[in-house]
Amino acid sequence: MKVVYEKSRGLTDTPMHYCPGCTHGIIHKLIAETLVELDVLGRTVMVCPVGCAVFAYDYFNCDSQEAAHGRAPAVATGIKRVLPDNVVFAYQGDGDLASIGMAEIVHAAMRGENITVIFVNNAIYGMTGGQMAPTTLLGQPTTTSPAGRARVGQGAPLRVCEMLATIDATAYITRVSVHTIPRLNGAKRAIKKAFQMQLDRKGFALVEVLSTCPTNWGLTPVDALRWVEQNMIPVYPLGVFKDVDGGS
Amino acid sequence: MARILMKGNEAIAAAAINAGCRHFFGYPITPQNEIPEYMSRELPKIGGVYVQAESEVAAINMIYGAAGAGARVLTTSSSPGISLMQEGISYIAGAQLPCVLVNVMRGGPGLGGIQPSQADYFQATRGGGHGDYRVLVLAPANLQEAVELTELAFDLADRYRNPVMLLADAMIGQLMEPVELTPCTPAPDLPPKDWATTGTVHSGGRRRVINSLYLDANDLERHVLGLYAKYAAAEQREVRYELVQCDDADVVLVAYGTTSRIARSAVEKCRRLGLRVGLLRPITLYPFPTVAFEQVIPRAKSFLVVEMSMGQMVDDVKIAVAGRRPIGFYGRSGGVVPSPGEVVKAVQQLPGGQVA
Repeated sequence: MKVVYEKSRGLTDTPMHYCPGCTHGIIHKLIAETLVELDVLGRTVMVCPVGCAVFAYDYFNCDSQEAAHGRAPAVATGIKRVLPDNVVFAYQGDGDLASIGMAEIVHAAMRGENITVIFVNNAIYGMTGGQMAPTTLLGQPTTTSPAGRARVGQGAPLRVCEMLATIDATAYITRVSVHTIPRLNGAKRAIKKAFQMQLDRKGFALVEVLSTCPTNWGLTPVDALRWVEQNMIPVYPLGVFKDVDGGS
Repeated sequence: MARILMKGNEAIAAAAINAGCRHFFGYPITPQNEIPEYMSRELPKIGGVYVQAESEVAAINMIYGAAGAGARVLTTSSSPGISLMQEGISYIAGAQLPCVLVNVMRGGPGLGGIQPSQADYFQATRGGGHGDYRVLVLAPANLQEAVELTELAFDLADRYRNPVMLLADAMIGQLMEPVELTPCTPAPDLPPKDWATTGTVHSGGRRRVINSLYLDANDLERHVLGLYAKYAAAEQREVRYELVQCDDADVVLVAYGTTSRIARSAVEKCRRLGLRVGLLRPITLYPFPTVAFEQVIPRAKSFLVVEMSMGQMVDDVKIAVAGRRPIGFYGRSGGVVPSPGEVVKAVQQLPGGQVA
């Protein structure tokens, strides 16, 4: 029998705990495939977040460290400064990276740390049950903005890529999505480039991936994908915000 | 090697490098800035790495990552900065990572001051952050001892896979004394760091995970019991203290670090007055030298605890003495350093503190 498809050996056999329709699993797969294709899985150290991906260390077939909430870029800095020839990446959600960990991500970028960051933005706190995040859209109801996020008092969505791209020492900053097959393929190319940047010692690379949270958005998986297209992308435009290679 | 006149903070930094520390992560704060300054100057010369973090919160999490990658790592700070690190210290203890921390204590609470203090004793010896854990705590009284305890701290951290804190104060950090740095190698019987995340190519494909998350209560309890088995071993093997003129002492002073130097002067003053006074100096604050009290209690009529705080170590002395002798306390706070004369007056208020 001919094998036409198999699970990446970058992932373990542990069943993932993610909700139906959540795209964390797809993003995991893209990263795992990338690490295998670049032949770096055996020298990769992953830094896991606090958030829905807190158990990512059970899913990736590489060494990993579980960071405190928001501190993954600092932990990754510590690892990379000790092991400059290893591949070090942080996987963070939007509450982790854009709220409690904002200082750590900005300063890892400012130092031009030669690490890769995968930033999964689903506009809500998933693991804790659907509270408002800095990335929550205006008017979006959450358990802590039940009437919908209001600009007055709760502010407006934070655009991480646009902000980090202003920092001189960054190498590659891009926003992608996985809500359609073409977008998913583009996300894979961006993730691979972000890891290649690290191998080429070009410095700090971050890929923001727009993701779904059907459970806390109160949508079916299919409607959640549509919600990314119709509601998130207008606020979080896809594209390359910084590329020292000059590509776009 | 010849003795060199050094400032306390620089002696601690030099000792860390001597002990094999090649990675330092920290954030500036008075009165310990000579340590990061020394490290930023000296580490690059020997292939080491100095990173100035954006905050103490980031610094302690860099320590977590670097320790988890298998390096001998150091961060240093002073009281408010150590407060900011407490979350990370809890994670490091929970994930069983070795690291060395230095607290050059200053007066508090809040922004407090920058003068010498010992008011972080509770925070240092009771864990300091959330959860069931302890930090091994070493208290140097002079700069040669600061060097030796810094070197020891790296071995203890590796042996127990736990944070070890050198608890100094602004006096120790800022004064100058001659020190001798002798060649230092890690203890030969330290366990291998086969848990370090260096990539599965180095572990025969076995995935290594550094973590402190146990959602099952029974698993977490089992983990905590394992931590406390290590602490029980440390309590058996690592207690260090010094007894000064305690053989005939009616009153035993108890003091550590800078205040032990003042207490030592007070002992001499008392002796000249005809009072039989000695000094019990804890060198390890956790594990606390409870056992030392059994040696002096049969002879002693009372104890006097001297601290630069409103009274923190005095609680551990009460536990050790267990009501068998009266315990006095003399402390100054806010950065005020007690004088030997003040201590002598306090001795004279206690049973055994009068000329017979």
